[in-house]
Amino acid sequence: MKIQEIVALIDAEVKSGSDKLEEEVSSAFGSDMMSEVLAYVQNQGVLLTGLVNEQIIRTAAMMNMYCIIMVRGKQPTDNMVEMAEDNDLVLLTTERTLYETSGILYTNGLNPAGHSYV
Amino acid sequence: MSDIIQLHYDVDGTDFAAAGEASMKIKKELRSLGFPQDVIRRIAIAVYEGEINMVIHADGGTADVNVGLDEIEIILADTGPGIPDVEKAMQKGWSTASEEVRNSGFGAGMGLPNMKKNTDEMVIDTEVGVGTTIRMKVYVA
Repeated sequence: MKIQEIVALIDAEVKSGSDKLEEEVSSAFGSDMMSEVLAYVQNQGVLLTGLVNEQIIRTAAMMNMYCIIMVRGKQPTDNMVEMAEDNDLVLLTTERTLYETSGILYTNGLNPAGHSYV
Repeated sequence: MSDIIQLHYDVDGTDFAAAGEASMKIKKELRSLGFPQDVIRRIAIAVYEGEINMVIHADGGTADVNVGLDEIEIILADTGPGIPDVEKAMQKGWSTASEEVRNSGFGAGMGLPNMKKNTDEMVIDTEVGVGTTIRMKVYVA
């Protein structure tokens, strides 16, 4: 799925990486706990979260992810947007909840991220 | 085995937002040296988890990386409170992190197990009231 399709499906606003919307992603993981993302996610993909701090950008960058979706209308700080740009990450925001966003993307073919338990 | 390069970083214990800066720099450095993607990712995750731990529990510390052709050694050292029960700390889900830390997305009790998972060797040297040093190695080949 192209990131551009994700934007359309969940009525997202693009906060960073507007030049990377043609990138293809195939899997996603949703959590407010970055510890869990770091411990379980294996494949590159999309991070859905309601957490707002710099560590969501670092975590996604560390896991070589492409795109972060901030749910429940959460807004990034200027510093977070800058960090996302620096790390070539697409940063999206949506008014939809984590459950709703996950449901929409799942039904449209975005798979759960491959995971390996610690 | 001779090291190609040695890296040293200070981890600021007062700034939670800055936790992870050392791992980002290490990641970029290793990428420019041409190491395999998987090796870089494992090291970045291990150092990041270590940095978070140092900020949460120990008022910061240092991260040293000895980059060799066959293996990369990471030494994370702090002069924090030490780990009273290492066996317990290695259990998945066991954490002494505060509510505030958990609200920041960390403290799920996965840090040390995840560091072990992502490295080929890990030795924890800790003493209560003195500090903790964690040595990890990732084999390149």
